[in-house]
This record gives sequence, C-alpha cells and structure tokens, in this order.
Amino acid sequence: MNNIYMDNGATTPVDREVIKAMEPYFDQLYGNPSSFHSFGREARNAITEARDEVAQLICADEAKEIVFTSGGTEADNYAIKGVASALEGQGKHIITSAIEHHAVLHTCEYLEKERGFEVTYLPVDEDGLVDPQDVKDAICEETILITIMLANNEVGTIQPIAEIGEIAKDAEVIFHTDAVQAVGTIPVDVNQLNVDLLALSAHKFNGPKGVGALYIRKGTKIKKFLHGGAQERNRRATTENVAGIVGLGKAAELARKSLNKKREQLTILRDKLINGIEEKIDHIKLNGHRTKRLPGNVNFSLRYIEGESILMKLDLEGIAASSGSACTSGSLDPSHVLLAMGLTHEIAHGSLRLTLGKYNTEEEVDRVLEVLPRVVEDLRAMSPIYNR
Amino acid sequence: MYSDKVMDHFENPRNVGEIEDADGVGTVGNAKCGDIMKMYIKVEDEKISEIKFKTFGCGAAIATSSITTEIVKGKTIEEAQKLSNQAVADALDGLPPAKMHCSNLAADALHKAINNYLGIEEEEANGEEDHHAHDHGEECTLDMN
Repeated sequence: MNNIYMDNGATTPVDREVIKAMEPYFDQLYGNPSSFHSFGREARNAITEARDEVAQLICADEAKEIVFTSGGTEADNYAIKGVASALEGQGKHIITSAIEHHAVLHTCEYLEKERGFEVTYLPVDEDGLVDPQDVKDAICEETILITIMLANNEVGTIQPIAEIGEIAKDAEVIFHTDAVQAVGTIPVDVNQLNVDLLALSAHKFNGPKGVGALYIRKGTKIKKFLHGGAQERNRRATTENVAGIVGLGKAAELARKSLNKKREQLTILRDKLINGIEEKIDHIKLNGHRTKRLPGNVNFSLRYIEGESILMKLDLEGIAASSGSACTSGSLDPSHVLLAMGLTHEIAHGSLRLTLGKYNTEEEVDRVLEVLPRVVEDLRAMSPIYNR
Repeated sequence: MYSDKVMDHFENPRNVGEIEDADGVGTVGNAKCGDIMKMYIKVEDEKISEIKFKTFGCGAAIATSSITTEIVKGKTIEEAQKLSNQAVADALDGLPPAKMHCSNLAADALHKAINNYLGIEEEEANGEEDHHAHDHGEECTLDMN
C-alpha cells in the first residue's frame, strides 16, 4: 500500500508543472537578472512574470508591491523588523496574538528583549479566534504595528482579518498578516483584508521550498531587509533565486486557476475526516473553529494518549501526520497554540493534526478512518489514565 | 531517530496491563509533562515473578517501560533495585538525547513499585535513585532546551 501524506500544513509536494517551469532556469536560462546581456534579460523577464502572478494571486494593485524572500519566516521577519526599524522613533509598541507562528512570536520577542519594544500578545477564545475589539482596545499612542495571522497553522482557524484591518486603518497603524497557511488555499485579497503587509510561502501551495514573498502596500514605511546590491528595488539585496521565484510564480498561477476547485475538494475531504473521527472515536475534541477553518485542516485532541506515540503508530501504518505534543514541538511544553486556546497540558499532549492537500484522495481518508481508531484503541489500552 | 530495539518494543510492547493483586505498584511522571508510567509487580521468594506496566507517553516512554519489565522479570528484588534508567536506555541501544530525561523513567517506576512492596515510604526511598523533575510536583522544569 502506498504511504499516505496528510501533513500538507508542514509542506506540500511540488507540482510537476512547477518543476517543469523551473527546470530551464538551472542550466539553460541561468543568467543573473542584474546582468546587461541577453542571459540576464531572460532571467529578469522570468522574475517580472512571476511577480505579476504573485500579485494577481493576492489581488495586489501593483506587482512592485511584491518582494521575493527566502520563505515565510523571512517575510515575517522582514515585515516586523522592517517596520519596527522605520518607526521606532514614533513608538515602540506592537500588537500580536498568542497563537502566531514562531516566525512572528520570536521576532516580537527579539524586539522586546533586545530593542526595548513593548509587545501585547492578545489572547484567543477556545476556537482560537482573536477578538477585534481586543485589538482596538490594545492600540495606544505608541503602537506602530499590528501583526495577526490570517489562518493558524496548527488548528486552521481563520481570523477576522478584514475587520482587524479596518481597525488598524482607522487608527493609522500598519497591519501585517502572516498568510503562509492561507495563500493558495483560500481566496486572499490584500485590499479586501485591509492589510499593509502580507507574508506567503511557495512550498505551502505546491511550489518549491526556500522561496516566499512579502507584500508591501505602496507607501508603507519599512526599512530594507538585506544590504548589498539593488535587487528587489533596493529592499532585499542578493542575487535572486531565479528558479525558485519562477516556481513560486507558476505555483501562484496554478493556485489562482484552481482555487475554488481545490477549496471545495479539500473541504469535502476534511469534513469527511472530521465526521468520521467524531463518529468512530470517543473522548476527543476538535481543536480550532468548526467552520471558520482552513479547508484542509483537521486537528483533534485524543484524550488519554500522547501525540508522538500516535504519530509513530500512524507512521508504521504509512500515514504521515503531525502533533502539538511536547515531544514533537521540540520543547517540554506542548503547542503554545493549544495552550492559548485553553487546553490543559494533558489534552494538548494528545493532539493530532491531519492536513490535506490537493493530491489526497477519498480512499486515503477512508484508510485513515480505518487505521486511526485502531491506533487510538491500542494506545489507550496501554494508558494508565484511561478507564474504559 | 529511534533504534530498532526501541521500535521493536514500541510495536510489540511486552507485559502490558495491570496486576489486580499486585504486591507492589509504582507510578512516576504526570500528565502535564506528557509521561506517566505505572508498574505492577508480584513477588515470590524475593523474586519478581510477574510484572506489568501501563504507560501514557511517547515512543521512548513505552519502549523503556516494556524493556524494563523484560529485564527484571525473574530477577531478585535486590537485582531489580540496581537497574538504572541509564541501563534501560543502554539495553535499547540508546535513546535520543532529548528523551534521556523526559521519557526515561521506567526504572524509577519499578523502584517505586519495589518500595511499595517493601513498605518503604516515599520520603525514605530517595537512596540511589536520581531525582527527577517528574517526581517533584507539577512543574516540568528540566534543564534542556
């Protein structure tokens, strides 16, 4: 039996068409985009096309509002540090949420510890939602940046970004959103969302790893990220990752063209998985909002058992998933997202995330629904805290 | 990341279960930290005649529990008391460094079960056992990161 990959929140396979588009840029069209000659021109044109595609995917007004980066983490770092550096004379307060990706959280912590910023970490409710009113209440004279993610990577909850964006706009505070999990999976429109900055990453929607982008709304005050050459309109120096950028552009084009179909398909599979798990397994809790949720995200706490052992059992059955347990988070505490949503440590240790992608099939969902109850039962039979 | 032996014990854990009329029972860890191990022993002629375990925890926690029961079954109480967490890890051909502290508690659970059999109160039984954060209240304050 083929292995089943249900960890598309971690990364996705690169689409064949994307690989095909990238290929010539390694050994045929290998010019440096900054070069004057035809080789350079070809590479430069390819980047221009890719930039147009990314701009279209997120409905940016102009392609030049897109800056290519090495990925989502860099885009988040760029957005937060760039605004902090540009506006620290004006104020040193940043508002974010407790459930951000570490790319945002740790960058905010850095500014707090090393550069004297004050950061407000807004709480979330039990579904993982930020209350826009809390954002409004947290804004003060000193506030220079609000950064709230569009969709959470662990539990899939989609935040009221447009509403928060409206508040930020009224208060004239720059608003960044980490949209890494959302772009390419749900419709994203920077104008409808009222964001000034938005981070995205190619490998989350069937593009290559090592390339992403930061959308910077025209007129947003932000310092350059890398010093050196004049690439990316003098904002991020370094010779462009041409093949990667071409791959991102192709992935953006494919995503835009199939967005509705993909969303529908993933939603059907997701709901089948959620309903099936709720039907077949007792003592479980769906983590994240039931409807304001990424189409491909399933996250359950399975009581009385621990996440890593669930992953190991599934892995032995050829099913790839992830968990927010301490053992898999790389620290002693389970997922900060689940804890912020009010889960106890014990229940957070037993979380399982299954994230669907465009290549998952209904047969695979059926197989998971057949295997998972057995795995849970095996581990519960071994658990000293489970009483039948 | 895990050795073949760990995987073997994880996939086919030995001596899982409870002993209703156990002579000694020992529990270590807490759910907050993500690991709880419970050992049950029966003793005949000063030897461990039967041993069972139940474990809530990661792969390492399950494998260390399983191999501990296998090692000490049939051994004398004195021999079993000498089993260390390190010896358990060695018997599994090692554990990933991060697991050495947080999930390698099976020998501690065994020692607790033995103390329970011997009628030794917890406070007195701190002899050669290495102290472990999991035994001390609620916090998971381990020195790793």
